[in-house]
Amino acid sequence: MVKGAGKLLVVGGIALATLGMLYGLYYAVFVEHQMLDQMGGALATAFVHAAGGNMPEAHAAVGAYSALKYGYVRQVDVHSHWIGLAMLMIVLGVVFDRVIFGERTRLWIAAALLGGSVMFPLGVILQTASHGGMLASALAVAGSALVIVGLGAAALGVMRQGA
Amino acid sequence: MAITNIPASVAATFPAMGARRLLVFGGIALIAAGMLFGDIFAVFVLHQNGGQTGQALLAATQAVSARDPSAVKAAFARIGYSLEDRGTKVDTHVHMIDAGYLALLLAVIQPYVALSAARKKLLASLFLIGGLLLPVGIFLIHYVGLAYSPFPVIGWASILADSAGALLIAVLIGQARGFWNYLRSQHSCPVEPELPRERSREGRMLLAGGTSLVLLGFVYGAWYAGVNLYEHEARETKILGAMLDAAAINETSAAAQLVNDYGMLQAEKAVDIAAHSHIIEFGLLAILLSFVQPYVFLHEKWKRRWVRVLLLGSGILPLFVGLELKLGLIAGGIADVGGLMVVVALIGMLIGVLRYTGRLDAEGESAW
Repeated sequence: MVKGAGKLLVVGGIALATLGMLYGLYYAVFVEHQMLDQMGGALATAFVHAAGGNMPEAHAAVGAYSALKYGYVRQVDVHSHWIGLAMLMIVLGVVFDRVIFGERTRLWIAAALLGGSVMFPLGVILQTASHGGMLASALAVAGSALVIVGLGAAALGVMRQGA
Repeated sequence: MAITNIPASVAATFPAMGARRLLVFGGIALIAAGMLFGDIFAVFVLHQNGGQTGQALLAATQAVSARDPSAVKAAFARIGYSLEDRGTKVDTHVHMIDAGYLALLLAVIQPYVALSAARKKLLASLFLIGGLLLPVGIFLIHYVGLAYSPFPVIGWASILADSAGALLIAVLIGQARGFWNYLRSQHSCPVEPELPRERSREGRMLLAGGTSLVLLGFVYGAWYAGVNLYEHEARETKILGAMLDAAAINETSAAAQLVNDYGMLQAEKAVDIAAHSHIIEFGLLAILLSFVQPYVFLHEKWKRRWVRVLLLGSGILPLFVGLELKLGLIAGGIADVGGLMVVVALIGMLIGVLRYTGRLDAEGESAW
């Protein structure tokens, strides 16, 4: 039966998966097609300007393309990482009784995994709002570090099962 | 046969045409089909598509040198066509596999979803319909385009894919509601028998191997984000700017070299992302398959063999995808073999589950 740390992971994972899917649906319907059109348009415009000998405009269009792509890559990453991490939380939640540690340690591992899974994509999405912002990058780095530490501990706990 | 009789406690967890059975079958089938599609795509489409995109970009730089804006637009129309072709096929592969993962995941949590058996079966059926229609819709986007669409940028195939995505969300909300009912009940006892506690060697191998693969994939991803991501983005902008400058002053050989550099950069990015995502996906798959092992009705030797083939393939594919830039097509071929090993192991396990259900149903009928 799922309880304690496992329950925290399953409940958190379901919430995160729903959030990630809703975000993905909103993005696919209202943003993605328009953004892809803009990206393609910016790059084509750069080459058209260059063909016309307008090099400053051509370089400005390359800059616009890079900025759009910066946002696009991160928006897609947020969607996929949120859902991927959510699935991982739910799966680990169900088998968390096989992570052989005391309940208190298991709760800390679960909290690290869940906290990191929220913080990491949130930091990435904030990067699109503030390009190069310290807070956004710090959140993403701290979040991914928490997930890695949590996963490392979970892997160790699972391996202790066979010992 | 190592298994001659199915214990009643295990049989009760896998009723005929129940939600869990539908989700296990559908999930493994979706994953195997998605991986097979990915292998076919990698062998027959990926490299050829990259070559076409490179040729079109080269044509665009030549059009810049010739001061011909209309030829530039024609070249970009070709680039857009190639990229959409590639992108929709990658998305078909990814979404089909992910729907399969989610199906297996839902099969695992069914004991904690407090809904009637009929409603759970309906939700499972709707999930599989959505899981199939979503990748089909994505695949068709490139071929249907905007034909007869009432919208300026969204075609009918996109509408199909988005509707299937909405259906998946609705099913997940239904499952979440059932889980909420379970949590609210006073004693929180499972509403149907839990999955058998798999303590076999195969189950442990899959669980430990899967968790380690996921961890490895995360470390690789963090390294990529920290070391390569920003450098790749900066290099892309730099190469594009230099390509335009070279083409504008009619330095055609320099422009051609920069087009080549741009192609290599795209390959570097694709290799890093594919290695990272495949390690994690195979890890998750291994963990999920550890739950299904009690239903794989095969000799112990064969069960263990399929587990080894799956874990070996899961390591070979991302490793050799990562080595593709250094070793070339040989590494690509070995990576494809790794993917095929995973598909074969999955089909082997699916046959085991089919044999299990056949045996279970036959025992049930003879009991009547």
